[in-house]
Amino acid sequence: MAKIKLGKDKLDKLIEICKSFNNESSELINVLHQTQKNFGYIPAEVQEVIARELNVSVAHVYGVVTFYSFFTMVPKGEFPISVCMGTACYVRGSDKVLEEFIKQLKVPVGQLTEDGKFSISCLRCVGACGLAPVVTIGERTYGRVAVGDVADILKEYQG
Amino acid sequence: MGKYKMHILICSGAGCRASASELIQNKFELVLKAKGLENEVQVVTTACFGFCEKGPIVKILPDNTFYIEVKPEDAEEIIEEHIIKGRQVSRLLYAATINKEVVSNAQNSGLHKKQIRVALRNCGFIDPENIEEYIARDGYSALGKCFEMLPQTVVDVIKESGLRGRGGGGFPTGLKWEIASKYKADQKYVVCNADEGDPGAFMDRSILEGDPHSVLEAMAICAYSIGADQGIIYVRAEYPLAIERLKVAINQARQYGLLGNDILGSGFNFDVEMRYGAGAFVCGEETALIYSMEGLRGEPTIKPPFPTESGYKGKPTNVNNVETFANIPVIINKGAKWFSSIGTEKSKGTKVFALAGNINNVGLIEVPMGTTLREVIYEIGGGIKDGKKFKAVQTGGPSGGCLTEKHLDTPIDFDNLLAAGSMMGSGGMIVMDEDDCMVSMAKFYIEFSVEESCGKCTPCRIGNKRLYEILDKITKGEGTLNDLDLLRNLSGVIKDTSLCGLGQTSPNPVLSTLDNFYDEYIAHIVDHKCPAGRFKALLQYAINPELCVGCTLCAKNCPVNCISGERKKAHVIDFEKCIKCGACMDACKFNAISIQ
Repeated sequence: MAKIKLGKDKLDKLIEICKSFNNESSELINVLHQTQKNFGYIPAEVQEVIARELNVSVAHVYGVVTFYSFFTMVPKGEFPISVCMGTACYVRGSDKVLEEFIKQLKVPVGQLTEDGKFSISCLRCVGACGLAPVVTIGERTYGRVAVGDVADILKEYQG
Repeated sequence: MGKYKMHILICSGAGCRASASELIQNKFELVLKAKGLENEVQVVTTACFGFCEKGPIVKILPDNTFYIEVKPEDAEEIIEEHIIKGRQVSRLLYAATINKEVVSNAQNSGLHKKQIRVALRNCGFIDPENIEEYIARDGYSALGKCFEMLPQTVVDVIKESGLRGRGGGGFPTGLKWEIASKYKADQKYVVCNADEGDPGAFMDRSILEGDPHSVLEAMAICAYSIGADQGIIYVRAEYPLAIERLKVAINQARQYGLLGNDILGSGFNFDVEMRYGAGAFVCGEETALIYSMEGLRGEPTIKPPFPTESGYKGKPTNVNNVETFANIPVIINKGAKWFSSIGTEKSKGTKVFALAGNINNVGLIEVPMGTTLREVIYEIGGGIKDGKKFKAVQTGGPSGGCLTEKHLDTPIDFDNLLAAGSMMGSGGMIVMDEDDCMVSMAKFYIEFSVEESCGKCTPCRIGNKRLYEILDKITKGEGTLNDLDLLRNLSGVIKDTSLCGLGQTSPNPVLSTLDNFYDEYIAHIVDHKCPAGRFKALLQYAINPELCVGCTLCAKNCPVNCISGERKKAHVIDFEKCIKCGACMDACKFNAISIQ
């Protein structure tokens, strides 16, 4: 196994998370949820530590991380933008809204802007279909977003 | 709700919360306090009233007035006028879209007529974070009643009621319980499937947020009847509010002795824990769900053995969906006969639908099985948005199909929808109007299935990808008529040879659009046109010579210099060079440029 380069505080936190689930391999998904909550994302070296702590192969951990769309191996922006691509939002034009965000920020889905401020992702239905199309930025939800609103929304965060 | 004279109910479902219902609650409380009314009028946060389109919703009891699109600054007026002077604030009442008749009483609106609330009986009426309000509405009395019956008698009641699984498959619930009860094991599990992954469907979320105790009570009843003592709720991590409310509910039930050891002195032990999904649609399939609970990749396996024989940790496991569970306490309380008197011959009871898309009243509805699509869309849903023409309604999500005008009078039940080439699914109902492109819808759902395929079996992993590529080609105007045959054949193969329900149903959106909207496919392929104007590659910008004044603004703005013409004379676009960016149309001040 490659040498782990994580800082000590992070390493300790990881070991603590695994321990809180009794280092049981059947708790892997819960461990990953806690890890992502604390670190924001689950890079390869973090997966190596988890594999070691739960006594499973790194391939197993990697397999689970990449299977579930909720887990990410790349960090999110300071203001993560999620455009809902559920059916209700789609028929009300969320694909056009997504295109506009991509055009204005000049980054593809799943990547960070150069200044690290924004990242764009798609999500499947937040269940607020009455407000379709829906965009969430961090904890805030924007409803009935039109292509023309995108610039104004971004301005709120660019200040 | 005893000592207060009036109640102000504020919806705090995910939809209304997104529109700041918390601020509204604070404001109401502040104003009440300022007027010294805090001991006479109570502010209660409830879950989804089912009228998400016009949220945030505020309802006043006892007179049952409901106000729509309420803003925090409206609190003062509502309290001053309605609470103190007893006059309704008419500008905030709901005006029905069809006849503009103002509706003030929740029961009289078209939205609530035709509906029977069984699974949603408490949603929007009680504070979901207060167990006493649930108990006051007969909560946990069904569980008590069950303790006076033999476990097998409970199974018999559910069997007799004719309840079928509401997660999509429609398997008879009582039969499932009976099978699970027959297996002997030292440990059995009851699992609640709350992994609602169907895009555009939010029935289960609303039940969990609005009435979490009904699910807990039903799980305990199920456990008692099959001989289990451990329950697990598998819930999507994307539903933080539902998770929070479930946690509160589980703790309260434990405090009241309704979960834990020796419940109500019956000697029966049962407790519930929670597991979180992580965004994988296929985990709604029960074998995949069980793998996911064990911390593995959620890949389905061949059945049999069914989970009722060998499920979580290899033990007999009964998996039911949230809505199925929500029906159970009512069936026990009111009896199998009452339940089976609602609905059609083979589909009993009611079904909750999440009405969404291009319809006036987006929201959550519960109707008896056998209600027609026309009643749902026009009478409850208030018709199509902006007076447009109805085109299709999609049910069953990525596994379902499109129903068209000719199906409008079909009574909705499990078997009729299957016969019409769609399926009941979990209850998502997406309405599409004349401007929606059906080829695009098929492509949208196939893209979903490509992303969500677990990759275990070849037909689903590779077949859906090929379907997507063919559809993509067609939407770019590069399709051939051969492609249509290929789509059909490939769909058949994927359906016949896939391992689990996801693959076996994933081509349905393609097949049903081919059946019902063949003309649109032809238009894309032969005429290179998208009738609904959805695809850039199939658009053509053109200048109307009668409106063009020759200001040259369009030519100046064109990034590829494909517009030519003399000053003060009509300009022309060179279609060959045009990249369809739309800059000319934005620039034109005379509306002379349009899309064809």
